[in-house]
Amino acid sequence: MKPGLLCGRCHVELRPGTVTASYLGQSFPVELPTCPSCGRVYVPEALATGKMAKVEQLLEDK
Amino acid sequence: MDREWVRQQEALCIEEQPPACTSACPAHVDAREIAERARRGDFQGGAAILARYVPFPRIIAHVCDRPCEGSCRRVPIDAPVQIHALERACIDNATSFPAPRRPTALRFRVAVLGAGLSGLTAAVELARKGYRVVIFETAARPGGRLLELPAGVLPAEALDADLRVLEMLGIELRCASPVAIESLTTEYDAIYLATGTATKEPLAIDPATLVTADPRIFAGGGLRRRGEPYSPIASIADGRHAAVSIDRLLQGASLTANREPPGPQVSRLFVNTDGVATVPAIHSADAGGVFTPEEAIAEGARCLPCHCLECVEACEYLGHYRSYPKRYVREIFNNDSIVMGQRKANKMVNSCALCGLCADICPEKLSMADVCRSARESLVDKGKMPASAHDFALRDLAFNTSDRFALARHAPGTTASAALFFPGCQLSASCPEEVEKIYAHLRERVPGGVAIHLGCCGAPADWAGRKDLLDGVTAGIAADWERLGNPRVIAACPSCARMFADRLPNAKVMSLWTVLDAIGPPAGARQLEGRELALHDPCAARYDTGTQDAVRRVLARLGATVRELPGNRNRTTCCSFGGLMSFANPEVGEKVVKRRIAESDADYVTYCAMCRDNFASEGKRSVHLLELLASDASDPAARPSPTFSQRHACRGQLKTRLLFDLWGERRQPAPPAPADAVALVLSQGAAAILQKRMILEEDVRRVIAHAEATGDRVEDPTNGHFTASLRPANVTFWVEYSAGATGFVVHNAYSHRMDVAAP
Repeated sequence: MKPGLLCGRCHVELRPGTVTASYLGQSFPVELPTCPSCGRVYVPEALATGKMAKVEQLLEDK
Repeated sequence: MDREWVRQQEALCIEEQPPACTSACPAHVDAREIAERARRGDFQGGAAILARYVPFPRIIAHVCDRPCEGSCRRVPIDAPVQIHALERACIDNATSFPAPRRPTALRFRVAVLGAGLSGLTAAVELARKGYRVVIFETAARPGGRLLELPAGVLPAEALDADLRVLEMLGIELRCASPVAIESLTTEYDAIYLATGTATKEPLAIDPATLVTADPRIFAGGGLRRRGEPYSPIASIADGRHAAVSIDRLLQGASLTANREPPGPQVSRLFVNTDGVATVPAIHSADAGGVFTPEEAIAEGARCLPCHCLECVEACEYLGHYRSYPKRYVREIFNNDSIVMGQRKANKMVNSCALCGLCADICPEKLSMADVCRSARESLVDKGKMPASAHDFALRDLAFNTSDRFALARHAPGTTASAALFFPGCQLSASCPEEVEKIYAHLRERVPGGVAIHLGCCGAPADWAGRKDLLDGVTAGIAADWERLGNPRVIAACPSCARMFADRLPNAKVMSLWTVLDAIGPPAGARQLEGRELALHDPCAARYDTGTQDAVRRVLARLGATVRELPGNRNRTTCCSFGGLMSFANPEVGEKVVKRRIAESDADYVTYCAMCRDNFASEGKRSVHLLELLASDASDPAARPSPTFSQRHACRGQLKTRLLFDLWGERRQPAPPAPADAVALVLSQGAAAILQKRMILEEDVRRVIAHAEATGDRVEDPTNGHFTASLRPANVTFWVEYSAGATGFVVHNAYSHRMDVAAP
């Protein structure tokens, strides 16, 4: 994870946190940078265009 | 998808039909593959293939009467591939042959009368299946008519080596044993009569199964070919066929189900030999015509080899999946039939341009467009169409049918229209000013009044398999058309023209180009003074000869020197917009465009806005015919393809301008949204990212407006950039930006469909 990213509202550093990613009725826990204070989640570009896109494709083809 | 219909489509593809040489061979030896192995110097492999079809490969490699060669497709070009000599080279240069495996013995016993090639073949084939076989031969040695051949033709070593298989398979060979057939019927479960030309032919041999009047007695080989020249390969074919019949009889199976009669067939395989270069046959240095390995390799290379693959070679999409329609149709049907599991062919189904080029080319008229369209409609019906495939294009359709673009009115100051001009959504997005000018020209020259209709013809809904959406769009168009008094429709876009012809059967539909051909170009049309332009016919105009001709006349009148691109008119190719190919599969879309734009160095001219823009997007200088007629730009061929966002803006501006210029109306602005006030600074790189990822500037504005209003964003202190996201519907958009002097500088943008939330 990119170090030092700050939550724009809380001005605290994002920390790895477990969030739920869901699509087409399926849910999975994912570890993503999250604001420990307000829960704001950050999805990095590499994840969105890489693994996440692949999983979306797999679920769409189910 | 209807199973029977799919089966019929699948059967149309002839690529799996045997080549002519194989069909002409009574034993259907795969000579094409043997030639290929010879070409590669794989003589061992070639020998193994021959051995797969004939149990006595050494014998056949010496004595075959080679009916295959006369049917070779090289015959009309130069000379047939010398298949027999290639077989011989494979046999001579093979180091070993696989030994036959002895299967578990079955209880059935079969008697074979006659140890000629036919009887021997039946015996070997049956023994390989586990039958206990006894051969009765009146002569002292096996071989039948082979024994009459001179040693120069068939050396004893070759005969002996091949006949060793009898012993390996435990076949009992009783030579000098004349026997009466009646004496065998109790001891043996079936009998194969292969006693040669000297015997009296039993009455009634069924040519399809070789069974005689007695259901347990079969007959074939020379005895049913009296008076014909000796054909060793036909004898082998009979022996194999009789063995299959006997096996079926003893296993209680049908003798006839799913079988073809023995002997040569006529190949259905289409082979295009246009442009095949003459290659003289290789002459062996050996007096006996035996090839050296080098000669065999060179002769093997003369095999074409025979394939159809006409559509696969013509269509990038069909070539992309590295197979051919017979397999594609099967994959697509299997994909459709899946209840649980991955639908692996969804992308293939959604990548076809639906342009129909394949059906025009196919000797059997198989249309992959029909198959893919049916598969798409089926996926939609089942609720299994991947949302990502067409979502963006359908959102574009929604925009084009919304108040932001749609408009249908009589010309200003009139209340009736003889004609209705439908410029189409993409021409309006690419050449809005030219659309406005040509509409003025139509109003001036076409009598009876010309209404205008801005909107979408529904093609994207059709391509996406969305009959529901298409019906809605058509109903809207039909209502407007009736309200305007059922005028004849002048369509600028060939896809629109086709949709109207299909969906508005009562409307008279004309292309803009036939109208302009009749009324003449507008004042100020470009004079081309012999300028060379390569003409690309859009795929939607494939069979529209009237429009194709009109376009050529208009270009001639402007003074253009027109160069026809290869496969123009009815064999033209799609630009990758058709069927929403470039949305569902940008990789294939790019290949399609790159192939087309490499076909001429001249600037391209076409009469579909998407063709023009897709060519331009890959750097090809291209103009739309309308630009030649009505553009003020000094060099319209240099204009880049507009981005998705620019397309939206152009359409909206066209409507605003028409309303103001023609009717003096100021468009009621939509209720102001905070996002409208967000000024963006987009570098070329950033604009390219948005385009590639199909993210609109208005989506970016909304994300930034939301982030600025709420502070809901992530900050990177190392560069001061903010990254924010918003999920207006089914897609989450992310934008990395920073505040600049003239607006928000966009550094990056991406999206995902998955919903992410803190638990």
